[in-house]
Amino acid sequence: MNEPGTAARAALPQAGQFALELNAVSRHFGALVAMADIDMTVRAGERRAVLGSNGAGKTTLFNAITGDYPPTSGRVRLFGEDVTYLPVHERIRRGLRRTYQISLLFSGLTVIENIFLACRGVGRGRHSLFRPRRDDGAMEMAETLLHAVHLDDRRDTPVAELSHGQQRQLEVALALSGAPRLILFDEPAAGLSPSERGDLVEILQSLPPHVGFILIEHDMDVALRVAERVTMMHNGRIFKQGTPDEIESDPEVQELYLGHGDNGGGRA
Amino acid sequence: MFRIERKSGRYPLGINPAALLVVVFLIAYPMFASDFFTFQVGAYPLILGTIALSLTMLAGYGGMVSIAQMTVAGFAAYIVAILGTNSVGVMGLGWPWWLTVIVAILGAALLSTFIGAISARTEGIYTIMITLAIAVAFFYFVRQNYQIFNGFTGFAGIEPPTLFGVYWRDPTPFYYLTLAIAAFFYFAVRYGSRSTFGLGLQAVRDNPRRVRALGINVFLHRVVAYFYAGIIAGTAGVLLVWFNGRVSPGIVGVDMAIDILVIAVVGGMRAPIGPFLGAIAFVLLENFAIDLIDRERFNTVIGLAFLLVVLFSPDGLLGLWRRMESRIRLPRANARWGVRANRDDWHPAGSPERM
Repeated sequence: MNEPGTAARAALPQAGQFALELNAVSRHFGALVAMADIDMTVRAGERRAVLGSNGAGKTTLFNAITGDYPPTSGRVRLFGEDVTYLPVHERIRRGLRRTYQISLLFSGLTVIENIFLACRGVGRGRHSLFRPRRDDGAMEMAETLLHAVHLDDRRDTPVAELSHGQQRQLEVALALSGAPRLILFDEPAAGLSPSERGDLVEILQSLPPHVGFILIEHDMDVALRVAERVTMMHNGRIFKQGTPDEIESDPEVQELYLGHGDNGGGRA
Repeated sequence: MFRIERKSGRYPLGINPAALLVVVFLIAYPMFASDFFTFQVGAYPLILGTIALSLTMLAGYGGMVSIAQMTVAGFAAYIVAILGTNSVGVMGLGWPWWLTVIVAILGAALLSTFIGAISARTEGIYTIMITLAIAVAFFYFVRQNYQIFNGFTGFAGIEPPTLFGVYWRDPTPFYYLTLAIAAFFYFAVRYGSRSTFGLGLQAVRDNPRRVRALGINVFLHRVVAYFYAGIIAGTAGVLLVWFNGRVSPGIVGVDMAIDILVIAVVGGMRAPIGPFLGAIAFVLLENFAIDLIDRERFNTVIGLAFLLVVLFSPDGLLGLWRRMESRIRLPRANARWGVRANRDDWHPAGSPERM
């Protein structure tokens, strides 16, 4: 399927417009090297997929970018600014967003309250002692996102009562809140039904062209459909980078990741 | 463990008849109660409940169990004695009452903020240990400092002002004063729990890591919560010193600090009414248990009551009431308490239950 806007995005200025630059980024946990010497650049508005087997270092990469677990060495630059030593919330305020592999939501709050907090988190008035009004900017944005992820009828449901699929959708809504410029999706399709996957692909493809994302996804159907470039990781290092077609047809990659001959998970 | 639940007021005119009854009772109470009952059984639990409310706010909404809330209240009480007037001849600077009260409350809030700044990077049992250490340190400090805090003896002869021709330590006016302040903070916490800050605080409780990933400064959010809790506890501390007429190290000792924790837990931390229920139960036991047993066995009774509640109703008297209510099947009970209907639903792995 050809997504609309691909051509428009290709025309975006490229040089010096990196949303993300990683420079020799490594992360050690004691003696364990989870990730070593990662050099990677992502253009503003670029859609990138990160593939690799379990333990390849994909989530570690995300944690280094967001600062959840800062890198042990190397530099991280976001939108041209060195953020290696900035706390997580400061990076988020600069336009970075992420979802988590396992839904990390606020189970005591309702769906709309979760999204509202995400919208308010990057804006002013985080410490307001007043209840949000209906016409509050962040509340209006939250209502829009609620609709975008098809959770309208669960608006006032406590998150603890949502199904797994609905929680994944809510994860995505939280990542889309505010004015994101680069979103890290950590296996957003995990555990979703085929129709929910379709919804997810639709949401990813309909993001405005200036919003880039990096996607960790085991479902090749989802990953290769939405990505412009693919980074393959293996044993904590970058193994191959290229367009989806190049990666898919690369014999080494097929050997390593897609298995021999039959790659039924690829796009048919 | 301490989940705060929302009440959706689906009653005629939006008024819960039981709540209306409680309000009428609270207002009419001094008209039929003796002075002793108005003062000791009426005003005192309202003060203790307000101090425990500050803990409920921190622990129930924010997931931060602070043992030092009594220290914060006690600090305000000391400031009133030191800056205002007292009868022991130490300090007693004679500041006007309104200035003394403002400085006392703000001073308590600052102490609370300081305690928050020290402990907000820790979680769970470590928060308890750090705040306990602060409470114990403050206790020994005031007991040994004679220049400012008058050491072991403390201060006596502290009086509320006579205002509008009313002597505010008379049982009835004092009861209404404490009721007004307790009600104000009760409604403030109830309203604030749905405010942007309150939602953020509950999000911090549920999942601090994710809160950071939304652009919210978790540390700052926690410290600000301590500031507000300090305002509540400090105001109650001013009432407490007016109630007792004196203040000594005993008030900031570990016994009292634990009492506040017991009140909050026994009452239930799911809603701001919990600490007041706990305080009433505590004061009733304190006053009337000695009719049944020796005075020195009082702590045994309190301990047993605490044990029973924790064993049979982990969410306190509030939870006990909720279960009774759903057992006798009041028509709206389920809707009101938002009883989880889909228990079989997938449970979020990333939301550990936390004190």
